[in-house]
Amino acid sequence: MEKRGTITKVAGPLVVASGMENVQVYDVVRVSHKKLIGEVIELRGDLASIQVYEETAGIGPGEPVYFTNEPLSAELGPGLISSIFDGIQRPLTSIYDAYGAHIPLGIDIAKLDRKKKWLFEPSAKVDSEVSSGMILGFVNETKVVKHYILVPPKVKGTLIWLHKGEATVSETIAKIKTNRGEIKEINMIQYWPVRKKRPYISKLAPDKIMVTGQRVIDSLFPLSIGGIAAIPGPFGSGKTVVQHQLAKWADADIIVYVGCGERGNEMTDVLMEFPHLKDPRTGESLMQRTVLIANTSNMPVAAREASIYTGITIAEYYRDMGYKVAIMADSTSRWAEALREMSSRLEEMPGEEGYPAYLSSRLAEFYERAGYVSCLGDEKRLGAVTAIGAVSPPGGDTSEPVSQATLRIVKVFWGLSATLAYRRHFPAIDWLKSYSLYEDVIHEDITTNYHQDWNVLIRRLQILLQEEATLLEIVRLVGVDSLSKEDRIKLLSAQMIREDFLHQNAYHEIDTYTSIDKQYLMIQVILKWYDLANVAIRQNKDLRAIEMMKVNERIGRLKYVKEKEAQNEVKNIMLLMESEFQALKEE
Amino acid sequence: MAIKQYKTIKEVVGPLMLVEKVSDVKYDELVEVKLANGEVRLGKVLEINEDKALVQLFESSQGMKIDDAKAVFLGHGIELSVAPNILGRVFDGLGRPIDNKGPVIADMHLDINGQALNPVARDYPSEFIQTGISAIDGLNTLVRGQKLPIFSGSGLPHAKLAAQIARQAKVLGTDEKFAVVFAAIGITFEEADYFIEDFRKSGAIERTVMFVNLANDPAIERIATPRMAITAAEYLAYELNMHVLVILTDITNYAEALREISSARKEVPGRRGYPGYMYTDLATLFERAGRIVGKKGSITQLPILTMPEDDKTHPIPDLTGYITEGQIILSRPLFMKGILPPIDVLPSLSRLKDKGIGRGKTRSDHSDTMNQLFSSYARGKEAKELATVLGDSALSETDRLYAKFAEEFENKYISQGFNANRTVIETLELGWELLRIFPTSELKRISDEHIAEYYKVIKVEDL
Repeated sequence: MEKRGTITKVAGPLVVASGMENVQVYDVVRVSHKKLIGEVIELRGDLASIQVYEETAGIGPGEPVYFTNEPLSAELGPGLISSIFDGIQRPLTSIYDAYGAHIPLGIDIAKLDRKKKWLFEPSAKVDSEVSSGMILGFVNETKVVKHYILVPPKVKGTLIWLHKGEATVSETIAKIKTNRGEIKEINMIQYWPVRKKRPYISKLAPDKIMVTGQRVIDSLFPLSIGGIAAIPGPFGSGKTVVQHQLAKWADADIIVYVGCGERGNEMTDVLMEFPHLKDPRTGESLMQRTVLIANTSNMPVAAREASIYTGITIAEYYRDMGYKVAIMADSTSRWAEALREMSSRLEEMPGEEGYPAYLSSRLAEFYERAGYVSCLGDEKRLGAVTAIGAVSPPGGDTSEPVSQATLRIVKVFWGLSATLAYRRHFPAIDWLKSYSLYEDVIHEDITTNYHQDWNVLIRRLQILLQEEATLLEIVRLVGVDSLSKEDRIKLLSAQMIREDFLHQNAYHEIDTYTSIDKQYLMIQVILKWYDLANVAIRQNKDLRAIEMMKVNERIGRLKYVKEKEAQNEVKNIMLLMESEFQALKEE
Repeated sequence: MAIKQYKTIKEVVGPLMLVEKVSDVKYDELVEVKLANGEVRLGKVLEINEDKALVQLFESSQGMKIDDAKAVFLGHGIELSVAPNILGRVFDGLGRPIDNKGPVIADMHLDINGQALNPVARDYPSEFIQTGISAIDGLNTLVRGQKLPIFSGSGLPHAKLAAQIARQAKVLGTDEKFAVVFAAIGITFEEADYFIEDFRKSGAIERTVMFVNLANDPAIERIATPRMAITAAEYLAYELNMHVLVILTDITNYAEALREISSARKEVPGRRGYPGYMYTDLATLFERAGRIVGKKGSITQLPILTMPEDDKTHPIPDLTGYITEGQIILSRPLFMKGILPPIDVLPSLSRLKDKGIGRGKTRSDHSDTMNQLFSSYARGKEAKELATVLGDSALSETDRLYAKFAEEFENKYISQGFNANRTVIETLELGWELLRIFPTSELKRISDEHIAEYYKVIKVEDL
């Protein structure tokens, strides 16, 4: 750090310095005597605009700016899982242990624990030819995650030595002789600039469902592995709960959760709750597959901008090992606001609502880093990054720029509705507004691998819900009495779908997760009821008696029945239903 | 650090002042402006570009002369002097005593901006606070360390509600009382006086710290007032281990002061002229609520804001709602009907309620009944609306029950007045009393065990 520039201007998180002709755009610099971390975002002659990731109070012109000549990079290696980092990947738990409740300015702390020993199991063969992305061996990062150590990008040659046994992340575990005769020492850390996507061989079209255990999502608006989804909704509509539910139950090997400009307590909630929750697939704690990135709303705004890049870089890194990774960003609107704040301090010409003109291209760049890929090093190794972004539109109005830019990119849209939230219908995903463009491929996946008539049943659900909306309009105008009996039955069935199937209590031990099999049973029961009710009405049976049947209550409680007992309970319900319908009297 | 004094003030425009030819001035530094007549005004460095410092004044620029005023840069940020005896004292919006009891002999000087908390250091709020108000305790439960704003409108009794909470709030099973920090931000004398009188009557005044910026005090001082209050609260909570309830009223005035400075700086405005960074700025206030691992005290925030035109989508309530952990919304139609406190429970929300209720905290049936009351009231309200359009006869029999439920729910459950103090058990029992209007088949959100335990009396004649 000999070369330095000099600060000439300080305006909040933006610092301008002179004497910067030797730096590159997006280089990291250390600002002032306090050595605050900053990133060069613009160069004009010898003047550089720097966004500073820490509080700039107390610094002024004349102070030095030190160069590092490196871009903002993530440190990738064992020790990421179960950790919590801030937006520029500083380890918050280590910082807390060392410095207490507040983060001191300008600290230098290793992102990954340098002291911890990992048991390295080699798997590659010495003397073989290796290239980037090939597996050298693995360490057991947690009970459920085998962390494969890959040949780093841009390295190719003959493997001449491979370690076996314990090593820290910074110790050499392999030596590779390149074609030029150089010997490269490889350790378990990879550095990767966060703003650049990690390479892969090719991208594949997503074709499998990512089961989330959330009924409204899996049945009506499913997300594919490697797909991208957005959840916009006004405050109080349950965005964060949906995100947390997905982080808990989504069928993924690794979860990267980015708390971007949101509440501190929400991150605490994840930190406290996840270690106690069991992954339904592995039986181990959910924390053992989770990486947390926290940049809460009161932490410096520039680091918020970096946090989603840090998150997706980590996600890509695990993808390269062949894992299915899901990344949740809550909320991309706060990220966009950080972008806007820096843009306005740079005095750029604003686009819509003050957001910079490059908002949509930046968003697209981020989401495009998701996908289902065949990994570098071995084309048969398939990995995926599934991205789910929350959007917080002002006033819940999705005509604003961030929502609109997001909607142009994402394939799944889970629109949250305040009206449903007021009725405490959660998840408040509006079935009339939301969509999933993966529906066709996923239905094909489910009909081949799970249940043959899945797509037929789902179609019937959708039609009933659509018809309900039209019928309710009529009821609002002329009252329920004006409807035909057939229509009344439609209303009752749709109500059942809404209340007994789509409504799901995230805080209920059993209701919080429903497998595809149980979802299938639940849908079957409701549609069976609808069919029998239609027959009964045609036979002129008493509508009021149908409304009061005992079986209705049993159907309503099906969601609280344990997975294992569901099949049996459904059998009983079907029997009861048939006998009750038969016992109905004519009007 | 050496004190730097300059007579080179070049411009004073609204709340902004430009000082030239300065050296060694730091961003966010406190500035004293000394006028020729001996008056001193405060400001802070907002931007520093080479030798030009842009200063934001906390006080009015009236009477300032560029020629003879001096700017003194103090080398530190704006601070509050604190000591245990700040309890019972009254300060102005910049933390200077105005109760004629002399200056505070300071134990500490604290920077009012605070420092962002490491999320790892946070302790999750989960202790139930009984406010004695059914609509809050039963449905939108408040917990220690939460930030729960009251969204009100002009003319609605938010002050009475806030005072009632300050008076009645307690944690079950303890006698610990809350210390109260009260910040009046640009409100009228009468409203501030209402709080002071109420605190005096209930004896709370002895454990209250007040920061008062009234409507006729300088608007820009309001930027500092809530920060003063929260800094005092942090001192009481984390140094003196107290549980502190912070009432900030009115955040709308704060946001307007923010807008005034932003427009004076000619910044690109966001929605309705409010600055783009308003979310971040408000977050630096509200996020200072909470609990810290290993500290006994806690900070519970109760900010009050009046929604312009009762519009929840206005940027001030909107951004607040995205930061705070829920909101209590007051409704004008309920107020007109004479339902007091006029809490509109459906759009109101406490995000932390689930951690504060249930077995061992309130009662095991709390969560179930809460969900049931919400959904039944929502359906009941829809039924009532339908009945207004089409007449009662258009309702199905079930819907008629719902309509009846909604009516009674408003009259008995929500409307309790500003003096009734109900225990949470009373609130829960009242909930059951109302739910018995329905047959059990309608109580889908309640588990079988709870129905068996609490439903008991079925009043068939009511059906």
